[in-house]
Amino acid sequence: MTLWMIGNMAAHSVPSTLKRLLFAVKCSPLQSRCCVVQREAQYSTISSPNEKTFDKILIANRGEIACRVIKTCKKMGIQTVAVHSDVDSSAVHVKMADEAVCVGSAPTSKSYLNMDAIMDAIRVTGAQAVHPGYGFLSENKEFAKRLAAEGVAFIGPDTHAIQAMGDKIESKLIAKAAKVNTIPGFDGVVKTAEEAVKIAQQIGYPVMIKASAGGGGKGMRIAWNDEETREGFRFSSQEAASSFGDDRLLIEKYIDNPRHIEIQVLADKHGNALWLNERECSIQRRNQKVVEEAPSTFLDPVTRRAMGEQAVQLAKAVHYSSAGTVEFLVDSKKNFYFLEMNTRLQVEHPITECITGLDLVEQMIRVAKGYQLQHTQEDIPINGWAIECRVYAEDPYKSFGLPSIGRLSQYQEPLNLDKVRVDSGIQEGSDISIYYDPMISKLITYGATRAEALGRMEDALDNYVIRGVTHNIPLLREIITHPRFVSGHISTNFLPEVYPDGFKGHQLEADAKRELLASAAVLYIAAELRSAKSRFIQIIKQQCEHCVEIDGAKVEVWGALNLASPLLPLTVNGTHRMLQCQTSHCSPYVRVLSKLAAELNSYMPEKASEDTSSILRSPMPGTVVAVSVKPGDTVAEGQEICVIEAMKMQNSLTAVKQAKVKSVHCKPGETVGEGDLLVELE
Amino acid sequence: MELLSYIPDVIVTHLRISVTVPQTSLHRSCRWYSVSHLSVKERIDQKREAALQGGGQQRIEAQHKRGKLTARERVQLLLDPESFVETDMFVEHRCADFGMEQDRNKFPGDSVVTGRGRINGRLVYVFSQDFTVFGGSLSGAHAQKICKIMDQAMTVGAPVIGLNDSGGARIQEGVESLAGYADIFLRNVMASGVIPQISLIMGPCAGGAVPEIFPNWHSVTNEDVTQEELGGAKTHTTVSGVAHRAFENDIEALLNLREFFNFLPLSNQDPAPIRESHDSSDRLVPSLDNIVPLESTKAYDMLDIIHAIVDEREFFEIMPNYAKNIVVGFARMNGRTVGIVGNQPKVASGCLDINSSVKGARFVRFCDAFNIPIITFVDVPGFLPGTAQEYGGIIRHGAKLLFAFAEATVPKITIITRKAYGGAYDVMSSKHLRGDVNYAWPTAEVAVMGAKGAVQIIFRGKENQAEAEAEYVEKFANPFPAAVRGFVDDIIEPATTRKKICQDLEVLASKKQVNPWKKHANIPL
Repeated sequence: MTLWMIGNMAAHSVPSTLKRLLFAVKCSPLQSRCCVVQREAQYSTISSPNEKTFDKILIANRGEIACRVIKTCKKMGIQTVAVHSDVDSSAVHVKMADEAVCVGSAPTSKSYLNMDAIMDAIRVTGAQAVHPGYGFLSENKEFAKRLAAEGVAFIGPDTHAIQAMGDKIESKLIAKAAKVNTIPGFDGVVKTAEEAVKIAQQIGYPVMIKASAGGGGKGMRIAWNDEETREGFRFSSQEAASSFGDDRLLIEKYIDNPRHIEIQVLADKHGNALWLNERECSIQRRNQKVVEEAPSTFLDPVTRRAMGEQAVQLAKAVHYSSAGTVEFLVDSKKNFYFLEMNTRLQVEHPITECITGLDLVEQMIRVAKGYQLQHTQEDIPINGWAIECRVYAEDPYKSFGLPSIGRLSQYQEPLNLDKVRVDSGIQEGSDISIYYDPMISKLITYGATRAEALGRMEDALDNYVIRGVTHNIPLLREIITHPRFVSGHISTNFLPEVYPDGFKGHQLEADAKRELLASAAVLYIAAELRSAKSRFIQIIKQQCEHCVEIDGAKVEVWGALNLASPLLPLTVNGTHRMLQCQTSHCSPYVRVLSKLAAELNSYMPEKASEDTSSILRSPMPGTVVAVSVKPGDTVAEGQEICVIEAMKMQNSLTAVKQAKVKSVHCKPGETVGEGDLLVELE
Repeated sequence: MELLSYIPDVIVTHLRISVTVPQTSLHRSCRWYSVSHLSVKERIDQKREAALQGGGQQRIEAQHKRGKLTARERVQLLLDPESFVETDMFVEHRCADFGMEQDRNKFPGDSVVTGRGRINGRLVYVFSQDFTVFGGSLSGAHAQKICKIMDQAMTVGAPVIGLNDSGGARIQEGVESLAGYADIFLRNVMASGVIPQISLIMGPCAGGAVPEIFPNWHSVTNEDVTQEELGGAKTHTTVSGVAHRAFENDIEALLNLREFFNFLPLSNQDPAPIRESHDSSDRLVPSLDNIVPLESTKAYDMLDIIHAIVDEREFFEIMPNYAKNIVVGFARMNGRTVGIVGNQPKVASGCLDINSSVKGARFVRFCDAFNIPIITFVDVPGFLPGTAQEYGGIIRHGAKLLFAFAEATVPKITIITRKAYGGAYDVMSSKHLRGDVNYAWPTAEVAVMGAKGAVQIIFRGKENQAEAEAEYVEKFANPFPAAVRGFVDDIIEPATTRKKICQDLEVLASKKQVNPWKKHANIPL
């Protein structure tokens, strides 16, 4: 069959599900996906039955990490207690646990951070130990103390280590004392430019100079030589005196193109500590990790060992027990510097489990009971490669991800694929609310080589069905297939460097575009043909082939066209592709129209676009924290109008032009939806 | 009464048009009428050519500039390619006054294009008013053309679709035009419940531009601001409830109409159509097990339930922006068209009020007339209280919905998802109104009223109200009181709802039920 394709295509007559198409471009033939690795892709599923640990553990967390901990508890034959807020009463972790206790209302401060209620839950259920997961109370020394006072085991390090590593300055001092590389620097009064140059030379170029009192990157100067140091000194000392009235300067080693690489450590209460290799977490946005992998493409065995040993030194210095993570910044010359230590189970722990075969939660529970480590450093392997993508309910087209909420109307994890692990705490029908982290799941793939793991990740992302909320899979897929990422040439600046104007969605090449159009046309035709034969039912089960001609080029599309399935596996010009059709929030947007309709479409008026400069709409669902203007006020360009908070993130909304405020449609404390009108300017 | 109230509109609106139209219209050169001694064959060709041109190229361009398609373009887009068979291409108006008799004021086919065609291979009769000819105004000839295809449609049993773009009555013809309207109205009435009549308002539709009073579905696209305020798409789809769906533009509207048409039988003699379904009929929907919140005061979206249950998540909602506390629309179950009615807890807690009762009643009667099974999802806390509702006649309007459900003889399946309180329980396709299959979800509560109100009445002035309330909840806020009496046939797991409905529809396909003979029932209008 040949059809006419017109540039602007529309699926008007196609069922609404076909209106927008998500197109996955993937070229690797399926045959190459043969399995070489025999090892179980995730972590050991066997626990030694002779070691008795706890009878009952309470998990003071929610979502995927609560589910993750419960899984291991089940494996170890331990009873589990879930805590939950009222809105989470039918959450997955609640259903998975043997018992569940409601600890308060939706806001985290009233439930998951509500120590009194959680202590009550422990007493009521008789839990012998508490696993805090990550976030919430996981690094709260007060909580650990209260548990200790009641004789309940805290599955994590002891209070001393939490406290020592919780303070940024103290942790650096301890690290320095433990002979861990820290970022060399000087903090104090620098009298002359020459003194500054001397300090800079001692540290080694490049250096960063700024006023000690200035926060963040404010007034930061980077000097690559003596001359630039003098200039930076003049600038910063002036600023220090005039802006802050404090003339102390900070001169610190500047780390160019830094990578964020962390070492997983595991220690017991008997002074043993191991390093379980590294995780590279350089792909970040707003200091939040997005894609992680283990091992890192950047480390050689010598550096790895050096980093591992320093991490263990630090752990031992604070008498660390349990699983922990030592974060380093690594510069382009493989110099590494201590950043901080996280005294908890990390979000990205599964990739370490994949390459080492250890179950970190199991190890944490064992250690908390006082058992010695089962392994020695020589036992810790790097088997293959593991990649983790954090799948978030957020709009990747807005500053690499602004939270999105909604009900997961359709949800299907790609678990049909081999060597894919999905850690999630939600299911079809779950609500992603404004109260909690918008993470949907962690998608982990594993392979003998990095290429294999990446290929599998591509498949997994293509086969992941999420409907009802906007999600970041388009961005994740772009990252893991980007030549820079594939070659391993990454740094923490990856996203802003690769997408300086923000993420705009996948840009289709001419061929891929043609194939997408052809596939869309075939779906359109399939839907049309089905409508036309409604009176004479005949179900054609066999797969059929279509030939589409676009601007003279022929595209062959082959596959069973199931119009009800969210996943449409098609073979386009001999290549396997996984298509997903979606009705909203999707790029690219494809419309299929008949030739006549496409011609007539040129007469249709363009929808008048709203004057966005004078209307302020909420970019995301959330709570209004503050409104700084009232009707009649005049605002300057860039002036803050109001602040919206969602999922722990505050967003300041500013005026794009100078204008008088016409009307205000929100007030502090109010909940607003995405696109709700907040303030109108004149 | 309603009819009369339209007439002043006709005159007012048309005055404006009758002034503007002839002035700019009739100065085209080399028209066919200036030649007198052509052969019949040539004259036929010329007339046909002129008919295709409507009001002429200039007017067509003006129509395009307004972002609107011509009458013929619309017909082409609506119907399957090459399927349009035109009738009355040579009909001209017969007005001899005000210079209308002049050749230059005559247009073959006059201001409407009529004929038959097919949508996805299924027969349909169509008329499409031509705004380029006298502003699409309705002349005697225009009305006659419409009546002709309506009569044919009735004879063979096929739907009629009217694409309206008319300034109203043709003032020059006076009473002839009014008579034309009446002729059409009569046919609308006669055809009501016999064949589906759909009207799409694609421009001005002042006065009685026809099936408006008997539309089964219609759509409005109108970009003129002042007209928009008076009676544009937004007004009629959100406030007045006259129109059932509004679309962005002509193309959207026409292509959606094709979609909609697929749901309908051709006439009341035809069964609801069946389309091949790619969605398995025994698909379980686990996400429904949690959809009803534990707190009975909390809202959820009934559309989520509907989308999850129907074939391929395809739900063609009717009147989505009017009386949103009730949801009505068409979908398919295992390929078979069904009508869906659901209370919407998200809006006014899903209470029934005047507007939602009328919206629901009209939809139920449409489904019953055209053999479309009705599936009802119930979560209703009762009728909306208040003086506005009482003064407005809620009892009379609420009775319409009850009447519609009660008299319907098509398969009726009801699912109580949560609340079914008071009189509203009776109304919402209850077992007592000849419901064929009535299910309750475990979250269902069939009761006279909510626990709090009930306790306040039963234990008025007594202490321990909270205790009594808990007892009441224990006793009545669950599906058992209804189930033990057989008022629901079964309590089902929500996940199995789709499977159960598909099985029931299969069985009910042969349902035969006849109401007692009567001239017609007397629904409380």
